[in-house]
Amino acid sequence: MSQGTLSVPTEPAEATPRNTALKRLARRNSTTAFLLTLPLILLILGLVIYPFAYAIYLSTLNRRMTRFIGWENFTFLLGRETFWNVVFQSVLFAVSAVLLKAFIGFVLAHVLHALPSKGQRKWRGMLLVPWVIPPAISTLAWWWLFDPSYSAFNWALMGIGVDPVPWLGQAGWARFSVILVNVWYGSPFFMIMYLAALKSVPDQLYEAAAIDGASGWQKLRHVTFPMMRNVISITVLFSLIVTFANFDIVRILTNGGPQDTTHVFATYAFQVGIQSGDIPLGASVSLFMFPLLAIFAIFTLRGVNKRSKEMS
Amino acid sequence: MEGKGIPRGVPRRTLLRASAAGAAAAALPLVNVHGQTSSGKLALGLWDHWVPAGNDGMRKLVTEWGQKNRVEIQLDFITSVGNKNLLTIAAESQARQGHDMLSFPTWEVHAQAEKLEPLDDIMGRLSQKYGALNPIVEYLGKVEGKWRAVPAISGSQNKPALGRIDLLKQHAGVDIQEMFPANANAGGKAADWNWDTFLRAAEACQKAGVPFGLPAGQFTDATDWIGSLFRSFGAELVNAKGDITAKSDGVRRVLEYSQKLFAFLPNDVFSWDDASNNRALISGKSALIFNPPSAWAVAKRDAPAVSEHLWTFPAPAGAQGRFTPYLPYFWGVWSFSRNKGAAKALVEFLSERDQAAAMVAASNGYDIPPFTSMTDFDTWEKEGPPTGVVYNYPVKPHHQAQQFIACYPAPPEIAVQMYNQGIQAKMIARVVQNKEPIDRTIAWAERELEGFKRG
Repeated sequence: MSQGTLSVPTEPAEATPRNTALKRLARRNSTTAFLLTLPLILLILGLVIYPFAYAIYLSTLNRRMTRFIGWENFTFLLGRETFWNVVFQSVLFAVSAVLLKAFIGFVLAHVLHALPSKGQRKWRGMLLVPWVIPPAISTLAWWWLFDPSYSAFNWALMGIGVDPVPWLGQAGWARFSVILVNVWYGSPFFMIMYLAALKSVPDQLYEAAAIDGASGWQKLRHVTFPMMRNVISITVLFSLIVTFANFDIVRILTNGGPQDTTHVFATYAFQVGIQSGDIPLGASVSLFMFPLLAIFAIFTLRGVNKRSKEMS
Repeated sequence: MEGKGIPRGVPRRTLLRASAAGAAAAALPLVNVHGQTSSGKLALGLWDHWVPAGNDGMRKLVTEWGQKNRVEIQLDFITSVGNKNLLTIAAESQARQGHDMLSFPTWEVHAQAEKLEPLDDIMGRLSQKYGALNPIVEYLGKVEGKWRAVPAISGSQNKPALGRIDLLKQHAGVDIQEMFPANANAGGKAADWNWDTFLRAAEACQKAGVPFGLPAGQFTDATDWIGSLFRSFGAELVNAKGDITAKSDGVRRVLEYSQKLFAFLPNDVFSWDDASNNRALISGKSALIFNPPSAWAVAKRDAPAVSEHLWTFPAPAGAQGRFTPYLPYFWGVWSFSRNKGAAKALVEFLSERDQAAAMVAASNGYDIPPFTSMTDFDTWEKEGPPTGVVYNYPVKPHHQAQQFIACYPAPPEIAVQMYNQGIQAKMIARVVQNKEPIDRTIAWAERELEGFKRG
């Protein structure tokens, strides 16, 4: 129920007709707003809240889903060597991919920003291509490039006399490969967000800094970076959530191998839950992401709020 | 996916005649198959066949049955690519609604047993008619003494050796056609086809630049051949009672053997998927893989010069015997099905010899019926070129082999985790890639297996 509908006080009898009409309009607007957001609320309830609550319920059941076992699935996972490998790989995958994406996006945004506006649109469009291709399809293309027997990269390497690289067959290279594909796919998102942030920095700030004798690096550090901090924080948070929950890249490229070294939470949850017939344990694996991301989200959003208050 | 309403397309006059007759026959059961009465609609979710003509063959059989029994059929072919069939099963099981009858892959019968209709009556009649079943389908389809699904013909596959006649003869001196010709007699050297001969052949072919294409990742082709390798060395990780038995001489021996064998395989086999081995064979880069005849069928279409030199023959034997990798499918009926009678009647119809022969023919010999008495269809004799290429694809008595599923005889709820998490392949990867001592690898496997025993 809309707050507006509930909290509108009864009009005093002496109120002017114009005032009453305005209040009615306000009331109508809040009702309309509620109705307009209702599909989204229902969507979130149906596709986020309900599955989340159901996953919590599932995670408290035994393998056959016939008995309530409380925290047992979680305590079981904490004692598993493979699970800790998955935690390590998920953190390595998400953190390194997000840092690289943020760095590349930051550099690309500056390069684009420095381009004359005439040619900028063309470059912007081209650089966005990796982000607009469905990842399942682009990852398949990467898989062909890394293919164990017919890798295009290896063919090129052999052409210059370098030994072929087991891109997906050895733990180190496989980890590098899945991170590389994620960075390739996600960097344009950072680039476009940072570009938008850069365009909103007032030119007067740079002019004032120039008058004060600031160097290029000082302008970047003391003007650009502080003005972009909120966008950087929100983008990193958003990307970290999406990267932590990544499934398709790892699933297509390595299926978690070799020796489980590239499994992330989602692929391991799928293997344990759907393929190995232990849905409660799979739900528990996927729920491990929640506290990690929740803590990170709380700190990031607190920082954003604090800075917003300071700026206003 | 596709939906098919059988009554559609029936001529109007026929329909009117049927209506008139129907009024008179209203009191009679519409279907009477083995005493079961059914009518109405039947929703089927069957496996989407790798062999394109496989679906057409199945559609024809189901359509004929539907028309004969006046059951309206909705037929969906559900692919196993991306595990979509597993997702469908999981979703329908949770929602308690969906198709009436589904194709269940290897381990799913045990996983869904409580929600599947017992089919002992059908299995009783089929066994009476067609005789012995292989023990693996009993292990996978029978739960607490009751058949919860019927072993399917469509989709069930063996994964014997599929090798190049010319390359194996030229480089390794192994004449596979002489050992296992396209007739019911083994050649003189068939008994010598063991893992030692295999190792020598692998070395020779690797030196000739056509190494064996044996995957060792976490996909089923890898798990299946490695499972048979372990079994033939007597390397059992978990016994039928669920006890961990990984610390054994058999396991040590198979890991020592793997260290030798993998030295002659491409160094990237640990990242191969189920298509990598096929590509290696079809492109002419490999002399041998373990696979159903789908690799030969694709080669026949895309690389006829290669396919003409291919031959299917049993896996090598070890100290404990010869074990052919086997991956059966099952047809099951949900306990919440709205038309159990019709579903059961259709399952029984599809399992009969004539229909089995039709499915085997439509799939170019790919499908493997569960009954030993059904391994004599002429499709396997006639397919080619070379004629008889798949004669030895079904396990025949003279092979002195058994069909085998990796991780058998561990209790299925443990075995499914061992299978899908590729524990045997990971053990090999540890000793070969990481160069871990064998005892440390076994200790790691024991810890993993302990986790799989969780109830």
